[in-house]
Amino acid sequence: MNIATDYILALSGVLFVIGVLGVLVRRNAIVIFMSIELMLNSANLALIAFARAMAPAAEALRGHVLVFFVIAVAAAEVAVGLALIVAIFRTKHSIDVDQVSSLQG
Amino acid sequence: MSFSEVLQGGSLFAYAPLIIAFPLLGLLINMIFGRRLGERAVGIIASSAVGLSFVIAILQFFALSTHPEGTSVPIADWITIGQLAVPWSLKVDTLSVTMMLMVTGVSALIHVYAIGYMHEDVRFQGDPGRFTRFFVFFNLFVATMMVLVTADNFLMMFVGWEGVGLCSYLLIGFWFEKGEDGIGNAIAGKKAFITNRIGDFGFLIAMFLIFGAVGSLQFADVFHWAHEHGLENVDVITAITLFLLLGATGKSAQIPLFVWLPDAMAGPTPVSALIHAATMVTAGIYMIARNQALYDVAGLSSNLVALIGAATALFAATIAVGQFDIKRVLAYSTISQLGFMLAAVGVGAQVAGMFHLVTHAFFKALLFLSAGSVIQGIEHGHHHLEHVGANPGGGEAFDPNDMRNMGGLRSKMKITFWVYLIGALALSGIFPLAGFWSKDEILADANHESIVIFLLLTVAAFFTAFYMGRQILMVFFGQPRSEAAKHAPENPPVMTVPLILLAVGAILGGVLNLPGMHTLTDWLEHTLHVHVTEFNPVVAGLSTLLALLAIGIAWFVYGRQPMGKGSPDPLRRMLGPIFVGMENKWWVDELYQFLIVRPYIALADVLADVIDWRFWHDWFHDTVLARTFREGTRWLNDAFDLRVIDGIANGLGNLTQAISGRMRFLQTGYVRNYALSFLVGVLLVLSYFIFGSS
Amino acid sequence: MTLDLILFFGIAFIAVVSAISMLISRNAIYSALFLVLNFVAIASLYLLLNAAFIAMVQVTVYAGAIMVLFLFVIMLLGAERVETSPSLPWQLPVAILLGLVLVAEFAYVLFGKVAQAGGELTGVGEGFGSPASVGRMLFDQYLIPFEVTSILLLVAMVGAIVLTRDDRKGSR
Repeated sequence: MNIATDYILALSGVLFVIGVLGVLVRRNAIVIFMSIELMLNSANLALIAFARAMAPAAEALRGHVLVFFVIAVAAAEVAVGLALIVAIFRTKHSIDVDQVSSLQG
Repeated sequence: MSFSEVLQGGSLFAYAPLIIAFPLLGLLINMIFGRRLGERAVGIIASSAVGLSFVIAILQFFALSTHPEGTSVPIADWITIGQLAVPWSLKVDTLSVTMMLMVTGVSALIHVYAIGYMHEDVRFQGDPGRFTRFFVFFNLFVATMMVLVTADNFLMMFVGWEGVGLCSYLLIGFWFEKGEDGIGNAIAGKKAFITNRIGDFGFLIAMFLIFGAVGSLQFADVFHWAHEHGLENVDVITAITLFLLLGATGKSAQIPLFVWLPDAMAGPTPVSALIHAATMVTAGIYMIARNQALYDVAGLSSNLVALIGAATALFAATIAVGQFDIKRVLAYSTISQLGFMLAAVGVGAQVAGMFHLVTHAFFKALLFLSAGSVIQGIEHGHHHLEHVGANPGGGEAFDPNDMRNMGGLRSKMKITFWVYLIGALALSGIFPLAGFWSKDEILADANHESIVIFLLLTVAAFFTAFYMGRQILMVFFGQPRSEAAKHAPENPPVMTVPLILLAVGAILGGVLNLPGMHTLTDWLEHTLHVHVTEFNPVVAGLSTLLALLAIGIAWFVYGRQPMGKGSPDPLRRMLGPIFVGMENKWWVDELYQFLIVRPYIALADVLADVIDWRFWHDWFHDTVLARTFREGTRWLNDAFDLRVIDGIANGLGNLTQAISGRMRFLQTGYVRNYALSFLVGVLLVLSYFIFGSS
Repeated sequence: MTLDLILFFGIAFIAVVSAISMLISRNAIYSALFLVLNFVAIASLYLLLNAAFIAMVQVTVYAGAIMVLFLFVIMLLGAERVETSPSLPWQLPVAILLGLVLVAEFAYVLFGKVAQAGGELTGVGEGFGSPASVGRMLFDQYLIPFEVTSILLLVAMVGAIVLTRDDRKGSR
């Protein structure tokens, strides 16, 4: 086992930045949504890495529990978020987020 | 502690405040519960309250008999402002206790009499509900009179002074909706009140002067000052005493302020007897006697007091001769007798003045109450006739007070006749009744001091005997001159018993200060500077002779050939224009109307028109204030409000609008832009954690 | 260079490449499939990190259920290609700039010795990360949050149904 925690954190950071860029540059609402899932996963990865780093301690498993909750919340979020996208599509006939700009000042 | 020890210790003085408290308690009970208690209970409560006050006065008398120097009973601090300290304390000395005994004693009798009198009166006048109100006012009067009498300083005396004035006003206007044109009684009350205000004004000024000169309003301090520094300050004291005299002329109905008292007869008869004959009107005499220390210093004022008293005595006596209203005769008689008292205190005979004050209270209260009895008898007769269906007044308004409607009442109202006769003889100064002793003492003192005063008073005494003789003969002798007088019945004992008691007082009052014994002189010596004037048989004989002569003339005019029904007064034929003058009160009211009231009203009208209306309203308000205001507001509106205020408001609005107009482009509506700014925020927060917190 | 390290770098490469592919794919279906690949890569990293239970959850819930839902919605709406004309001209360069700033900050934290991260990973105890151990902790110490999660999922289900319901035919 020669994997340093630093490496995993670096990977997590890279994935997170990719997720951020996805949110910022893509206009497809579903892809933006997927980017958000990617960011959640990168955070989960960091949590697992930290849990592994303090491994012998019993408290380390709390990181796993937290990831479990994040996944559950993500599942709920996806269900509601996709329902919203469907509802928006019904009125706008598009899922381009740039088309949904009624709040323009 | 036995009773004698209580007397020794002088602790009976501590009960003095009760003399004010009892009437106050009585009036509160009657005021709150009176309507539910019924007439009998109201009358008993009011009378017993005054009766208890009389008991307290007797206790004070006993206390003084062992401690004749008197005392001052403190109750509370009243006013303490810088140098001015006015405590609320009662002065109990021989002078004030004399007044206490007289006022509460006579008041108690009149209260009892009023139970019977008012019972009839409220029914005759048609408003039985006012029975309670009458006794509330009556008790209030006794309470305030006690404040006046027991005052330890000028301010407290002034409170009582105003209080009795108020009660006088309330009771004169007791039947305020009656009288001439439905407002006659109200006008009489107003006249009394306003006339008294002039006197009160004098009292107030005197009080200010006293405070300015002495720095205290306590009697003790002021008299001490007058004793020590009187001679250096004669001018000030003269001014003070003259203003006090003005107050006394108002309250005691002397020239020039006497005009209110005859009109005050509009009140119910017990009011006339109590307030306008026996007690309140003597307040002025009491006040001047109390301030003897000041008047002793100011010779000019003393002389003026004596002169005014003597002049009033004669002047009022002549008017009394020409009156037909039974109560008005007595009213002018009261003014005249008050003049006697004032003359007495003016010539330095305070004791004689107080002596006459007390005896006069007895026989004048007696006369008034008897007159009330007569009036009520006539009213009964009048009522009786209405009841049987006759038309007594011949369609005209019937005046039960008019002596021309009376006559021959001697046989109908026996008790009333006899007590009236006693009162009249006492007033005329016939030996050995009370009036003889007191009046002769005044005449003797006047003879001693000034021949002018003596002559004026002697002539007044002659007229006194004459008008009383005339009244007796017109009312009780001859034939009845109206149907009502024929049917006049005697009144019930509740009214006649007080009359008999007062008659006893009128007979025996003289023993208070018999020549050679000087009981009252010795008594008052502890409070006042007194001197003993020996009995002067010449003066006494002369005055008695004159009185008998006057009664004889009266019989010659009215008794020998009784006045017939509807015939004019026989004196009118004999005296001609002089009688007209007497009958019309020498036109004093008209003179005042012409000299003072009309010019005053005209002046008030002019001032109202010129000063108030034209100057203040038209010029100052409309022109100056309104125009300034209008111009000012117009300027403020145009220049200030529209430009500055609106400028600020609009400027702020425009600024906000401009800023937000630019800012609104930040709000693109694109969710990705928002995400971008969100990321910027995240980066900043992260930077703060990394770089900021080290 | 041990086997683990080689394995890690290989998986990491797959994860990053699939993530970038997801980002730049024109077609949303491709994006979704690349994301599935990414998730699977991360699940195998979990295995490397002794998190067996989480790895299984990752595969079944994320790669399985959630991504299927995505694909289903994409196909339902026919929204594979929506970006026809470019808009927001400044968005792309600014986003890349900010992304680089974020990377720089991460790098500073990792390599700038701001945080003293641990070095090589040491051994773990028996059964670390197994379903039994995670489950024991979950039901011992986090029972109430766990139950609340079930309510959350129920609410999400109801919310999804309400939002997607066709009101035009329903009774208002």
